[in-house]
Amino acid sequence: MTNPNNISLNISHALKFIDSHALDIPMLTILGDNGEVLDGAQAPDIDKETAQRLYETMRFIRLLDERMQAAQRQGRVSFYMQCLGEEAAITASAAALKQDDMIMAQYREQAAIAYRGFTLEQFMNQLFSNEKDLGKGRQMPVHYGSKELHYLTISSPLGTQIPQATGYAYGQKLKHIDKETGKLDSEIDNVTICYFGEGAASEGDFHAGLNMAAVHEAPVIFFARNNGYAISTPADEQFKGDGIASRGVGYGIKTIRVDGADALAVFAATQAARKIAVENGEPVLIESIAYRLGAHSTSDDPSGYRSKEEEAAFKANCPIERFRKWLLKQGWLDEKEDEAAKDKIREDILAAVKVAEKVQKPALEELVSDVYDTPIPALQKQYEELKEHIKQHPDAYPVTAGRIK
Amino acid sequence: MAKMNMLHAINSALDITMNEHPQACIFGEDVGYFGGVFRATSGLQEKYGKHRVFNTPLTEQGILGFANGLAAFGAPALAEIQFADYIFPAFDQIVNESAKFRYRSGNEFNVGNLTIRTPYGGGIAGGLYHSQSPEAYFAHTPGLKLVVPRNPYQAKGLLRACIKDDNPVIFFEPKRLYRASVGEVPEEDYTIEIGKAEVVKTGSDVTLLAWGAQMEIIEQAAAKAEEAGISCEVIDLRSILPWDVDTVAKSVVKTGRLIVSHEAPITNGFGAEIAATIQQECFLHLESPIARVCGLDTPYPLALEKEYVPDALKVFAAIKKSVEF
Ligand SMILES: Cc1ncc(C[n+]2csc(CCOP(=O)(O)OP(=O)(O)O)c2C)c(N)n1
Repeated sequence: MTNPNNISLNISHALKFIDSHALDIPMLTILGDNGEVLDGAQAPDIDKETAQRLYETMRFIRLLDERMQAAQRQGRVSFYMQCLGEEAAITASAAALKQDDMIMAQYREQAAIAYRGFTLEQFMNQLFSNEKDLGKGRQMPVHYGSKELHYLTISSPLGTQIPQATGYAYGQKLKHIDKETGKLDSEIDNVTICYFGEGAASEGDFHAGLNMAAVHEAPVIFFARNNGYAISTPADEQFKGDGIASRGVGYGIKTIRVDGADALAVFAATQAARKIAVENGEPVLIESIAYRLGAHSTSDDPSGYRSKEEEAAFKANCPIERFRKWLLKQGWLDEKEDEAAKDKIREDILAAVKVAEKVQKPALEELVSDVYDTPIPALQKQYEELKEHIKQHPDAYPVTAGRIK
Repeated sequence: MAKMNMLHAINSALDITMNEHPQACIFGEDVGYFGGVFRATSGLQEKYGKHRVFNTPLTEQGILGFANGLAAFGAPALAEIQFADYIFPAFDQIVNESAKFRYRSGNEFNVGNLTIRTPYGGGIAGGLYHSQSPEAYFAHTPGLKLVVPRNPYQAKGLLRACIKDDNPVIFFEPKRLYRASVGEVPEEDYTIEIGKAEVVKTGSDVTLLAWGAQMEIIEQAAAKAEEAGISCEVIDLRSILPWDVDTVAKSVVKTGRLIVSHEAPITNGFGAEIAATIQQECFLHLESPIARVCGLDTPYPLALEKEYVPDALKVFAAIKKSVEF
């Protein structure tokens, strides 16, 4: 019998409603607090070099976040967002991908672009919105992006990247579809990973993006960072039901929940998700469970909505420390060298701040470039008038006046 | 009277409303216990409980859909959109639903009880997505009212009028002035009529017209012009839809000149509608072309915000050009 409703037709005579928690979704955990692989768990296939790079990226991001948070307090940058508590979730997921897989992030994923090789100088140029910023000084701090590193430039409106990731991944799959048979003629070589918070998962774009990915079978890895808060809104005021994972299941997407403070668990899950995506050409959802240890951003004060005790309970569980202990056990890390490297990174960051804050702001023409491929006539005219105005009042526009041709 | 900043004034207007109507609800992102990212709803959850002042899930579409339903039921729905830049996910609910509820149902149903509050505008180093002034998109939609206050006194009186108005209203709050603007505000209830512009300063040579945060800029320009011996009449439009053609036209008949200023891009900004209408109303009285000093036709930038925004110097330059025409 054909079934136009596309559901399983198991007939029942019991009037029974299903509770959302009936799914009973477990959380994959591999590493113990002391860096040991837990009984019954299996460490993923990760080589020494990858593991070291993963660790170095997490440590770098922790130091960068600390320093830039302080720099914001000193009034040197206007705004900053840390990923404190979620370093493992972001870095280990990025590390499990190929260098040229696409990353579509929300804004708290600086560790993913750092893992790809975004340089300290590039970080600073964006944070100081100077003329060397790849985004030409147009967006607020932490809105990174790099075509070379396959990292789509961040957009502030939440959730918008989710359906875009579906579309992008569909393109990646289309490359491998045989014209004659309409079937995959080879393994897909690239996938897209899409990061978003549990808050953003309430947006309409989330539902649109997941449903499209499921129905059209796009090789996208949805990476939901469930960190307990969306600014001041705790997760229990954000959704009912069993987290974000249960929704993946609802959309017909293979789903896994992982301990987001466990780099090995995240790595293992993402590695497996990627395999499913490239082999089957279908989406996967990973829900990472961690805690947003820091403030939402430098504009936020979490003491207004959560207790110090609650924060302290999670502080004990440091994702970097947990992974560091595992590396030590593997003999892949030298403690002394590690300490010395930290000091060096701190110095490098400070030096990079000093350089970037002295680089001048983008030139006036960058105000009107990239609105279109070339400025349309109305805009060109506005630009000429503005130039004339600034030439007549150079003192009022010190950032650009001296450089107008 | 009490000294209040704009956030206090808004909070006071909401407080009065919550007291007045037992079913009035305040909702939006982070507005509950925390009182909103700007703290406009501070203390209201403690006072009126979680059933009437609450955080919504993070979905503007959901907030406005919910608000339409609640208002259709008959409860005052006081919805907050955290930044006007994020009102667009709710565009369909506002433009296709809120605005057309009454019309399409032959007045069987309406959402007159809906008031949408949202912070708009630049000047806070917010770049593309924390600086937009989207009023013109909504000004193109019959069925909505749009109101913008310029100081705490106006904010309280106008917000109360929006809430009492029997139509869906979007109340754009100039976020740059939330704390910066402080003034005397009555603690008791009062309203300021929607649809009436205010002549803030009388003058004879040129009419300057703006709304919200841009009022400060044209007032500065007017002061500069006075020093140069040019007398400016300064008008706060206050209400964008409907807008007070009579007050503006009367002023332009007197001065013969009009300059409109807004932060949003110039093309199809609300200034265009004003220029077209005033040209029709005052054609024979105009001494120079109506000028618009507005944002450029680009997204709102970060690093070059000073260059982008219509500042007092640009308005002053337009004044000189107008009187010397
Ligand atoms: C469409 C939209 N609405 C509102 C905002 C304002 N905003 C920025 S971040 C944020 C909270 C996001 O929380 P979540 O998705 O859980 O991510 P987290 O910050 O916890 O990493 C909000 C409400 C926005 N950027 N975009």
